Amino acid sequence: MRQSIIQWFRFASPQSFYPLAGRLIPWFWGAAAAFGIAGLWISFFVAPTDAQQGEGYRIIFVHVPASWMSMFIYLVMAFWAGLGLALNTRVSGMMAQALAPTGALMAALSLWTGALWGKPMWGAWWVWDARLTSELILFFLYLGFMALQAAIDDPRRADKAGAILALVGVVNIPIIYFSVKWWNTLHQGSTINLNKAPSMAQTMLWGMLMMALCFWMYSIAVALLRVRAIILERERHTEWVKHAVE
Amino acid sequence: MNALLATVRRDLLLALRRKSEVLTAVFFFVIVTSLFPLGIGPEPVLLKKIAPGILWVAALLATLLGLPRLFAADHMDGTLEQMALSPSPLGLLVAGKILAHWLLCGLPLVLLAPVLGLQFDLDASALAVLTVALLLGTPLLSLIGAIGAALTLGVRGGGVLLALLVLPLYIPALIFGAGAVEAHIAGLGSGGHLSLLAAMLALAVFFAPWATTAALRVALE
Repeated sequence: MRQSIIQWFRFASPQSFYPLAGRLIPWFWGAAAAFGIAGLWISFFVAPTDAQQGEGYRIIFVHVPASWMSMFIYLVMAFWAGLGLALNTRVSGMMAQALAPTGALMAALSLWTGALWGKPMWGAWWVWDARLTSELILFFLYLGFMALQAAIDDPRRADKAGAILALVGVVNIPIIYFSVKWWNTLHQGSTINLNKAPSMAQTMLWGMLMMALCFWMYSIAVALLRVRAIILERERHTEWVKHAVE
Repeated sequence: MNALLATVRRDLLLALRRKSEVLTAVFFFVIVTSLFPLGIGPEPVLLKKIAPGILWVAALLATLLGLPRLFAADHMDGTLEQMALSPSPLGLLVAGKILAHWLLCGLPLVLLAPVLGLQFDLDASALAVLTVALLLGTPLLSLIGAIGAALTLGVRGGGVLLALLVLPLYIPALIFGAGAVEAHIAGLGSGGHLSLLAAMLALAVFFAPWATTAALRVALE
């Protein structure tokens, strides 16, 4: 047990994490490609046409995994931020910084595909539904995090300030979500109810699962790729980076 | 507690010697709310319906105007570092600064809101609910805003960045604050909204000075 703890902390140093990330990235790319091909094949060729929504429903194979990832990545980001703040480990802050653009991308993708799906199904690109609204706010939170980190020149200070913001955000997310939900039910603006989704066929569920795993692997691969770049940039003065780049 | 009161008195005194800064935010509030009828049209029914939302959004923006000043001057002349070194906990002094900010930027809005509400043809009971909602909501705005102000202290483009960080976090206050008035007008009763607003305020009173202090320490490093 004691041995394993020491092993984990070894990777808190950028120097030992850099090669580990490099070794892991191809595996995650491979897994992303495998799950992606399987998921796309199921979602385009195996999954049956939906009785009510026709072919248009196939957007959900991208839309749902993207929404899941956008929410999950914020949690992971806040986890790394909190860890960095508590233990003062450098790689933690870098991980949080590396995850933010992917999370924002997922949120944007989720909003975009949601709009594409909404037009044929609801007849509107945008509805002030509780989920859409809270996803939009999540997107704003990602933008705020990235803007704050970009505005501070000293990377250590940027990490800490970003960490505090991420933690404040993660406390606020449930409050925002429920307030938006109650706001929506109070107004009764739209008659569309997303919650009563028709029960899905088994193959559709499989397709969505495969796509979710694909997005998951892609996010990890990209985050590791980005964290490697951040490590190189921040540690450029050190001896080992000069050797690593050669 | 003495330290807190001393901080409040000091900040109020400083602000009263430069009255224009405080008054700017108040006039901003008045002007923004007056712009909406000009943009939308003078139909009383429509204006009455959107009045709570307009007043709340204007209050949100007016609070935002005062936030960059919350710590900036003290950061520039080194007072903030002295505060961090002082024997009384920094969190307490920060709480005092936030309280002073609310007294200067929040309370005037609360007092003005009923007058502006009259322009939108709200009746007396709706005005009372609006005032209570703002009384609970504006301290919440000051508390959450202080976190953002501390995070953006001495940062490039701090003002715009502050808005980007803080406005998404203001959304629950806006929803329940404006919702209280709307629910009252619709005859649903405003108790639930006001209770939730008060609950959020209680949470923020506890956590926000703490988070603000952490952010200030990062900025002072």
